[in-house]
Amino acid sequence: MSAVAILFAGMNERRVPELTSDRTMASVPFACRYRLIDFMLSNVVNAGITKVGVLTHYNYESLMDHLGTGKDWDLARRNGGLKILPPFITAFANRGSNELYASRLEALVNARNFLSDSTEDTVLISDCDLICNLDLGEMLRAHRETGADVTVAVQRRFVSSAEEVSVVLSDADGRFIEATRFNDVASGTKDVQVQLLAVNRQFLLQQLTEAMAHGYHSLTRDLLNRCAGTSNLRIYRFEEYCETVGSLADYYRFNMAMLDPEVRKQLFGVKNRPILTRVWNSVPTTYAESSLVKNSLVADGCVIEGIVENSILFRGVHVGKNTSVENCILMPDTYIGNNAYLNCVITDKSVTVRDGRVLSGHESRPFYIEKFIAV
Amino acid sequence: MAKKKETVAMLLAGGQGSRLYLLTEHIAKPAVIFGGKYHIIDFPLSNCVNSGIDAVGVLTQYQPLALNEYVGNGLPWDLDRTYGGVRTLPPYQAMNRSEWYKGTANAVYQNMNFMDKFDPDYVVVLSGDHIYRMDYAEMVEFHKAKGAVCTIAVFDVPLEEASRFGIMDTDGDDRVCSFEEKPKQPKSTKASMGVYVFSKETLYRYLIADEADPESEKDFGKNIIPAMLAAGEKLYAFPFQGYWKDVGTIQSLWEANMDLLGEHPKLTLQENGWRIYSRNDARPPQYIGENAVVRNSVITEGCVIYGQVINSVLSAGVVVEKNAVVKDSVLFEDVTVREGAEVQYAVVDSNTSIGAGARVGKPMEEAAGISLVGGGLDLPDRTVIPDGTRFGEKELKALCEGREVV
Repeated sequence: MSAVAILFAGMNERRVPELTSDRTMASVPFACRYRLIDFMLSNVVNAGITKVGVLTHYNYESLMDHLGTGKDWDLARRNGGLKILPPFITAFANRGSNELYASRLEALVNARNFLSDSTEDTVLISDCDLICNLDLGEMLRAHRETGADVTVAVQRRFVSSAEEVSVVLSDADGRFIEATRFNDVASGTKDVQVQLLAVNRQFLLQQLTEAMAHGYHSLTRDLLNRCAGTSNLRIYRFEEYCETVGSLADYYRFNMAMLDPEVRKQLFGVKNRPILTRVWNSVPTTYAESSLVKNSLVADGCVIEGIVENSILFRGVHVGKNTSVENCILMPDTYIGNNAYLNCVITDKSVTVRDGRVLSGHESRPFYIEKFIAV
Repeated sequence: MAKKKETVAMLLAGGQGSRLYLLTEHIAKPAVIFGGKYHIIDFPLSNCVNSGIDAVGVLTQYQPLALNEYVGNGLPWDLDRTYGGVRTLPPYQAMNRSEWYKGTANAVYQNMNFMDKFDPDYVVVLSGDHIYRMDYAEMVEFHKAKGAVCTIAVFDVPLEEASRFGIMDTDGDDRVCSFEEKPKQPKSTKASMGVYVFSKETLYRYLIADEADPESEKDFGKNIIPAMLAAGEKLYAFPFQGYWKDVGTIQSLWEANMDLLGEHPKLTLQENGWRIYSRNDARPPQYIGENAVVRNSVITEGCVIYGQVINSVLSAGVVVEKNAVVKDSVLFEDVTVREGAEVQYAVVDSNTSIGAGARVGKPMEEAAGISLVGGGLDLPDRTVIPDGTRFGEKELKALCEGREVV
C-alpha cells in the first residue's frame, strides 16, 4: 500500500521554551548527533515512504539547514522526496488573528495542495518530536487490513493521575471510541495517544473541507472524536520505546536514558531500521593521554583532555585539562576550559565555559546555558 | 555537457598495493581505511575540491568494486556536479584496441577523450596512496609562473631514506636537472611525491610518442619524465612543506595512523580551512562504558568501548568488550575484540572478530613486528597470533583444521 507522510515540525515548542527560542521542536539537538525529527523521518523512510511533507511553523531555519535536500534520508528525489511546507500567508487570516495556524488540523488545511496532488491512498501524520524507532510498515498493514478510515497510534503504559497525556478509549475489537484531552481518570495502565495517525487520503481531504466549512481546528476533538461513531476508526498499539519531550527535565532525562544499552539497542540497534541524520564529516574524536571518560556517549569531532562521566557530548566539544564534566549535556561546539567543574549542566550550541568555572544544576532542574554565551 | 576547465585532475587508483598484503586482497589500495573514518583516496579527492579542481577522473583497474562504490557520484566531496565532477574511469574496449592499463602513462593516454571534454590547459596527475593536505592550485600557479611544461611536487626526505624514492636534482631556480628512480647514490634529498602538473599539449605529445614506443613501460616516472628531460623540456620541482606520507606498506600505514596521536600530533585532521571529506554512514555516537580506559586514542562513531584502548586508532563500529585490551593498534571498521582478548601492535582489517581471551601480537617493545589480521575473520576464542605475522583466511583454515586433528 502506498503512503505519503506529513510531519508537524513544531507543535510543542511551548513545552521547552529554552531549547526552542530560535529553533523548532523538530530541530532540537538530541543524543550527540541527532535532531528530534531524525527519529520520525527515519521511521517513515524505513517504512518505504518516499514522499514526505514537513509542515513548518516558526523559526524553521535551523530545520531547513538540517534537512537540506533530504539526501541524508535518501529523500532527494525527482518524484516525491522531501518537501518543506512553510505556512501560507493566508494562514494569517485565521480567525482574524495575526497568528499562524495554532493546531494540527489548521496546519493540515495548509497542506491541502500537497495532499490533493498526491496519488497515494494513505497519509501518515505525525509530530516530529517522538523519540522512537517504530515499524510504521506494520502499522500501515494493520490500517489496510482493518479497512480503517483512521488508525490512531497508542502506547499502552502506566499513567499516573498527575500526567498530562491524552488517553484513548477503545472497544475490545480495537475500535476507537474517544480520546480524552487529559487523563482525568485514576492512575493505571492506559492507552496513551501517540501523535501519529494513518488516515485514508480521500477521507482526510473530505474532513479538511468540513473543517474549513465549519471552522474546526482540533484534530482530536473535531476529527477523531466527532467521526468515531460514524467512520471506521481503529487503534494501533506500539510496544516499542517511545518518548515525547514535555519539559527541560524530560529532555535531560531522555538524553541520559541513551546511556542505557537497552534503550540504545531499541533505538539504534534495530536491523534494517537505522536512524539517519545529517552527515557532517567531523574528524574522529581525540582522547588525550590525560583524559578519563566513563559511561558517556560522545559524537565525533570532540577533543577530550579532562574527566567526563555520565554525560552526552555532541559534535566538536572540547573538554580542557583537569576539568571534570559530570551528568552534563554539551551541545555542538561547546568549549570547556581547564580546571572547571560542571555537574547537571546543559550547554546549548557554541557555549564557552572559561577556565576554573564551577557550575552545577540538579537533575530535576538542570542548569541551562543559552547558545553563544560565555560563562 | 561539459564546460571548459582550466585544470583537470587524473587520479591513478588502479594499483594493487601488494605490500599491504591482506588489506588489498579484495580492494584497491586507495580504498584502504585510514585515520578512523577516512579512506586513502579521501586525501587527494579532498585536496582537489579544496584546490578548486572540480573535474576529476579516477582511473581504476585492480579490484574496483569497493572503490567504485566508495567514490560513487562524488557527493561527499561535493563532486556530484552538473559540469565536471568525479568519474571513475576503468579500462574499456574500443574499436581498434582493447587492453588493460599497461602503466600509469598508458592509463592517462587511454582517457584523453575524458580530458578533452573539458578542454583543459593543465592536467594534474595524482596517485592514490599518500596522506597529505596540499593546495594543487598553488602548484599550478607555480607551474604557470615558471613557464614549465611539467612540475613535480617534491618533499625533502632524510638522505638515508632517499634511495627509496624518485629523486630530483635541481638548480637554484628549482629547475629539474636530473631525475632518478630509487638511486643507489642519491644526488639530493628532493623526493617526488607522485604529484605532477602538466601543460596539456606537451603531455599529449609525449603520451602519444610513448605509446608508439614498444620498449616503453608506459610509466610516468620511468618513461615520460626521462623523455621530457632528455628533450630539454622545462621541468620544475615544486617544494612542498607539511605532512606527507607514503602509506604503501603496513609499517608506514601504521605509522601514519599513529601520527594522529600524542600531545602534539604530527598530522591533524581538524579543519583549519582544509577539510578532508569522506563517505560515512550515520552511525550512532560512540559509547565509552563505566569501567573503560581510553587514553591517547582516536575513536569514531559507532564504537562501543568497555575495555582498554590505549595509543590506538579505531574506525567506525569497533566493539571492545570488557577486560579486552587494544594497545598501539589500528582497527578497521566493525572489528570486535571479545572479552579478555588482547590486541597489541597490530593492524586488524574490517569485520573481523577476535575471540575471547585471544592474543594478537606482543607488546610493542618486545614484538618482532606488526601483526596483520585480515578482514571478515571469526577468530576462535584463545587464538594466539604471534607478533610480526600475517594472519588471513588461509591461516585461519589451517588453524581450525589443526585443531580438529588434536
